[in-house]
Amino acid sequence: MKTIKTLAAVLAIICLSAFTNGPGDGYDIGDIATDFSLENIDGKMVSLKDFKKAKGFIVVFTCNTCPYAVAYEDRIVELNKKYASKGYPVIAIMPNNTEVKPGDSMEEMKKRASAKGFDFPYLMDKGQKIYPQYGATKTPHVYVLEKTKRGNEVKYIGAIDDNYQDASAVKTKYVENAVNSLLAGDAIKETKTRAIGCSIKV
Amino acid sequence: MRTIILLLLALCLACVESKEKPEDQTNIATQFNKEEDSKPLNQSNYDLEIYDYAGLSPLINKNDNRIHVVNFWATWCAPCIKELPYFEAVKQEYKDQNVEVLLVSLDFPNKYETALKPFILKHKLQSKVVALNDVDANSWIPKVDSSWSGALPATIIYKGGTRKFYEQSFTLEELKTEINQFLK
Repeated sequence: MKTIKTLAAVLAIICLSAFTNGPGDGYDIGDIATDFSLENIDGKMVSLKDFKKAKGFIVVFTCNTCPYAVAYEDRIVELNKKYASKGYPVIAIMPNNTEVKPGDSMEEMKKRASAKGFDFPYLMDKGQKIYPQYGATKTPHVYVLEKTKRGNEVKYIGAIDDNYQDASAVKTKYVENAVNSLLAGDAIKETKTRAIGCSIKV
Repeated sequence: MRTIILLLLALCLACVESKEKPEDQTNIATQFNKEEDSKPLNQSNYDLEIYDYAGLSPLINKNDNRIHVVNFWATWCAPCIKELPYFEAVKQEYKDQNVEVLLVSLDFPNKYETALKPFILKHKLQSKVVALNDVDANSWIPKVDSSWSGALPATIIYKGGTRKFYEQSFTLEELKTEINQFLK
């Protein structure tokens, strides 16, 4: 009996691990992104389905402790200012294991959000179940989703723009271009880009 | 001997974690200084090589029958700092076996003086360190390796046309195992 239990446990672990994406897996353009229910910095649970009027979402995996994420904070705030009213709010998700990165704890997230004036949800991926499904590998890592009949379809994956160091020297605003194209009903020119980021801490 | 090295590495790590101030550079080893052995290197005479991707490319695509270990890192990247002593260790351990280590820092330029140089000097890094400053990462990340998502740390091991890319952190054993594959 004990053996069977052990076997069952081992099987369960194998099954579970089969659904855990490593780097390189996750969503591609055209995939339907999962919804979630994650705790916001105000203590409330937030899901994509709560945003009845949204046409889509700018989902940003980001954190307090990564210099690249920090370099982009103001630009993430700007993205929400510009696009929330047009139907594409920013949803920020903090994917790190807070035991490895105490600087990304819920308390620290609250402090950072208040200091930087985040006016969008800043959610904790508690248990780190969501980021692997998206296939996020680093912070910041953006997924632009469009609400369709099939669900929230992945339309863009990658970087915010082409200059992490200097917002004023940006030549191409990848995320803005993608959302503008969606709003105009045009095809997105660059659907996938890459940027240096901090690996998500597990 | 190995135990001592390991202990030293552990010590080194402990220092990194405690984020000491960069001022204390009085005991920098002279072995760093290739040109003037009498004068210890300090921040003002340490010459950091800085490249854009076009400049870096020849350094990570050498065809010289040596095994090259290239690690992309930054002083702010905790897993990078954790594995850095392992790259230093393999540089020593494999120095007679044609293995070269190159540490490519992605620290921001405004941190070169305040973080990167002090770190290199403080920890007396023996491997060659260069800085990559090229903001248009989307253009060069796929050139480093088509599978790289852009997360740090990342490592390339190559010899001539044989090349492996790792978007991961290493333990010392894992790193040796990978290098040993190239020694065969």
